[in-house]
This record gives sequence, structure tokens and C-alpha cells, in this order.
Amino acid sequence: MTNAIVAEGLVQRFGDTTALAGVDLAVRTGTVLGLLGPNGAGKTTAVRVLATLLRPDQGHATVGGYDVVREAHQVRRLIGLTGQYASVDETLTGAENLILIGRLLGLPRRDAKARARELLAEFRLDDAADRAAGKFSGGMRRRLDLAASLVGRPRLLFLDEPTTGLDPRSRNEMWDIVRGLVADGVTVLLTTQYLDEADQLADEIVVIDHGRVVATGTSDQLKARTGRQTVTVRPSAEADLDMIVALVRLVAAGPVDATGGVVTAPVTDPGALAHLVRRLDDGGLAVAELALRSPSLDEVFLSLTGRPAPEGVPA
Amino acid sequence: MTVLAAEPRVRIADGLRHTGTLAWRTLVQIKHNPFELLDFSVQPVMFLLLFTYVFGGAIAGSPGDYLAFGLSGIIVQNLLFATLNTGVGLNTDLSKGVFDRLRSLPIARWSPLAGRIVADMIKQAWAVALLLGVGMILGFRVATGPLEVLGTFGLLLVFGMAASWMSVLVAMLVSAPEKVQIFGFVLLFPLTFASNAFAPTDSMPGWLQAWVKVNPVSVLADAIRGLLNGGPVAGPVTQALLWAAALLAVFAPLSVWAFRRRV
Ligand SMILES: Nc1ncnc2c1ncn2[C@@H]1O[C@H](COP(=O)(O)OP(=O)(O)O)[C@@H](O)[C@H]1O
Ligand SMILES: [Mg+2]
Repeated sequence: MTNAIVAEGLVQRFGDTTALAGVDLAVRTGTVLGLLGPNGAGKTTAVRVLATLLRPDQGHATVGGYDVVREAHQVRRLIGLTGQYASVDETLTGAENLILIGRLLGLPRRDAKARARELLAEFRLDDAADRAAGKFSGGMRRRLDLAASLVGRPRLLFLDEPTTGLDPRSRNEMWDIVRGLVADGVTVLLTTQYLDEADQLADEIVVIDHGRVVATGTSDQLKARTGRQTVTVRPSAEADLDMIVALVRLVAAGPVDATGGVVTAPVTDPGALAHLVRRLDDGGLAVAELALRSPSLDEVFLSLTGRPAPEGVPA
Repeated sequence: MTVLAAEPRVRIADGLRHTGTLAWRTLVQIKHNPFELLDFSVQPVMFLLLFTYVFGGAIAGSPGDYLAFGLSGIIVQNLLFATLNTGVGLNTDLSKGVFDRLRSLPIARWSPLAGRIVADMIKQAWAVALLLGVGMILGFRVATGPLEVLGTFGLLLVFGMAASWMSVLVAMLVSAPEKVQIFGFVLLFPLTFASNAFAPTDSMPGWLQAWVKVNPVSVLADAIRGLLNGGPVAGPVTQALLWAAALLAVFAPLSVWAFRRRV
């Protein structure tokens, strides 16, 4: 499988700020790469370089095999870009916004109109086709913005924080749309501050912080990197709680918690679960639930960056 | 391979098509934002009526006599203030991200700016025609011929296009569209009023007269007076064109520099 996007050693400075301090990444054709990082990490800057809006100070990148600096025009023919802030013309209607893009891409008037209608229907914006985009809700504006970047049926799509600031329902809709595009074979590079979003959508995740890549891998690989899992035991009988806490303490790698009648504790030993099952069995203790859970991406984030994951504050 | 590596230029014909589409986009905005119509139709006419009937008599003896002198000046003043539209629109596109979207498309690099300037020139032509038309209803008479009227439009549009680069530069430098307005007003009020556009200059102090003589607004107003009322044409028109060339030579490269720095 080939790489649709490759970046090597990208450096971008703005005055004294180093927004990118040598970023490498690769996105395989037909997959979703999640660029995950807190506010100010350099996500937007990376997207702007790859989408030919910024010339990197150092390093180089290719998109669809074309150099983003020397062959910018060819790159622009391949990509769709949905920026961090919905970049629709607020004074034009939903339909006009899409027709404008279609016309600029060389579609005849009729085809541009047909394509606009098609996209408005697909993104459930038909009712708003003739309303000024400035009057759209946040979710509608995002959908229109995404639709605008799809007019030319790009094979490569950049989505910069596509769901920041959206309510949960709009966010789920956006996720479904992205999944649909991926099913059609579109390669997606999406940035996000939300770990669950990367977990939901991305085949591979690149975590960046202060303009540097701090980790790369699938969500499972990243979780495994912390080397920590959580064991959960729910006793069948409440009377057994103290006994079970004592047993869990034997395999735990940290403090044991027993609030709400459920015993949880971090474990690092791969054999911990088997060990625990034997002990419970020996003691004749029945349990209603026994599980070993991978760490959440939040925990991964904390261990990689030394900071807790942001609480979904829009950038 | 090496031949293919060079970025192919967008063909001029395609660039012009992109420009046309983007000009359409700027003009179709008027349909949805009636305030814009107010801005470049009602406001100039209001100025014309106020100047003619409030100051006209005092300055020239009667409103009718004032029109012969003042209409050209009002047209020039309106032209310069309307160049701010270009900057406001451009800054809106930059701050709302529309410019990024356009720059990510495979279109001619110069078409977004060219499209806006073309659209604004169309609006300018409309405002000039409107002022001239309303002026004639109020009693203004063109003393020359159709060729001179055509020349009036041509000269105003050339000058307006050159002057709009000032507002383009401001648009590149400030963070919000309203600031283009404020900055533009601070620049344009003294420029247009300290001129011979609205009032004869005899009663102004000497130092002011010295400035008024070289002020491009005076030069352009004189050129338009010559073209519409008869009188010297070659001198002021040449000077006005030189001013336009100078504005273009200074502000276009500065704008391009500021643009590169901004994005
Ligand atoms: N045009 C710019 N001028 C100056 N500093 C910038 C500019 N764009 C981004 N930065 C700075 O670069 C860093 C990375 O920004 P950005 O790429 O927007 O991060 P993210 O998208 O991850 O929030 C931040 O410190 C930001 O302030
Ligand atoms: Mg960002």
C-alpha cells in the first residue's frame, strides 16, 4: 500500500514561535490519520503546509506524489480542505457557496448547480439551500464547509478539527459523514483535540505537542505503550467486598479503589488476570463481573505529554 | 521528469474565467445584503443632495451653480471612499478563512484579488452613473460630448483601481474589516476635504492652498470638470493618470509584500 501523504522534517516558524519543530508523518492511501494534540500543538500549521497554504521553512512533503511547494498546483487539484473555522461565504446562500466552488473548478453552470443540489441533499441542507450561510447553525455551517471541500470529489481530504464546538449530535453526524467518505476510498488527514474522536475515526494516530511528534501508532498500540491496564471486579455478594479488595491488592500495581461496591486497580503484570481468577476460585468467591480494561486515550495522553487531555475546550 | 516538475501556470484564459466567477460572487452578495446597496447608492446621492442644498448656495450663489462645480468633486470623493469596499471585502475573506479556501483550489493565484477589483469597479461605474444621473435631474448639464463622458468613466475607473490598492494594503495589515473602515476614513477625510473638490480654494490659508494644488483629489476633480464642463483637459488628465500610476507603483508591490507576510 502506498502513502498518499508523506512529510519529512517539517519546520515552520512564526517570528519567535516554532509552530512545527521537525514533523514527520505518513498517511497510507485510503486510510484516516488522526493528528492529535492540544491547542497550539501545531496541527493547523501542519495542515496548512500540506494543503499548500504555507511554505515550510525546512523539510518537505508530498501529497499524492506531488511536492507541496514545487508542484502546489497539482496538489490543489487532488485535495479538499476543510479549515478549522468554517470558511464559507456568509453572505451567499448554501447553494451559491457550492456553485461558486464548482464554477471555479471548471464545471459548466448546469453541472455546478446539479453538484450543489446533490451535496446539499447528501448533507441534509436542502432546506437551507436558499438561505444565507451567515444564518446557519454551527453544525450546518460545518456541513456546508465540508460539502464545499467535496465539490471536486477530492481523493484526499484535510479536516482541521471538524467537530470542535459542535454538540454531540452534530458531532456524531460528522463522524458518520467521514466514515462514508472513507468507505468510498477517500484518504483523510484529520486533526483533533478529542481523543475519542481519534479513537473512533483514525486508523493511525500521530500525537503532536509543541510542534513535535511525541507518538505514532494505532489507538491500541498507543494504549499499550503506557504498559498499564485496569482490572475491575464486581462481587456477587456485597459481603465478599473486603476479601476481594485484599486479593486484588496482591496483583495491583497501584492503589485499589472500592467505591460503589466495585473494585478497580491498575495492573502492569500481563498474568495478573489469570492470577486473580485462580485466587478468587481458591477462595470460593463468586463475582458478577471481572474485566481487564485497556487505558483510555486520556490516560495515554497524560503519560505522553505530562498534561491531562484538554476537556474539549474549542481552540 | 524535470520538465514536468515545474509548476504549470494556469492559462490566462482560465484565470480570467476564475476572475469572472469571483466577480460574480462579490456582486451576488448585494442581493443578500441590501445594506451594501445603501452603501453605494443611497449614501452618494444623500451626499450630493446635502452638499448641493446645504452648502451649495453659500459657496456658489445658488444650488444650480454649485452643481456645475461641485458634482465632479462629489463624484471623486465618492470614488475614493468606495475603494474602501475592496479592502473591507478582502479583509473579511482573510479573517473568515474564505481566502484560504480559495487558495487551496487549483485556480489562478491572482484571480481572487482580480475578481474583487473587477466587481468593485462595476459598483464604482454604477455609482458614477447614478451621481451623474441624479445631478442631471437636479439641473447639471454636460457641456461636452459623449466621448468626454466616456473619458470621465474611464479616468475615474483607472484612478479608482489604482487607489483601491491603498485599501488593499490596509486590509492586509489590520486584523478586522471594521479597522479598514476606520483607517480608511482617517486617511480619506483630510485627503478629500483638503482639496478643491467641494469648495473653491481662494479663501483657504496659503499653506493649505499649496497642498490643495498638488493633492491628487484636486487634480482628478479638475480633470473631471474639464471633461464634463469643458475647459482644460490635457493637463489635469495627464497629471491624474500620473498620480494613478504612482499609487499603483507604490501600493501594489507593498500589498503583495504584506500579503506574503500575512499568509
Ligand atoms: N500566523 C501565525 N503567526 C504567528 N504565530 C502563529 C501563526 N499561526 C500559528 N501560530 C502559532 O503557532 C503555534 C501552533 O499553532 P497551530 O498550528 O494553530 O496549533 P493548533 O492548530 O494545534 O492549535 C501556536 O503557538 C500559534 O500561536
Ligand atoms: Mg488549530
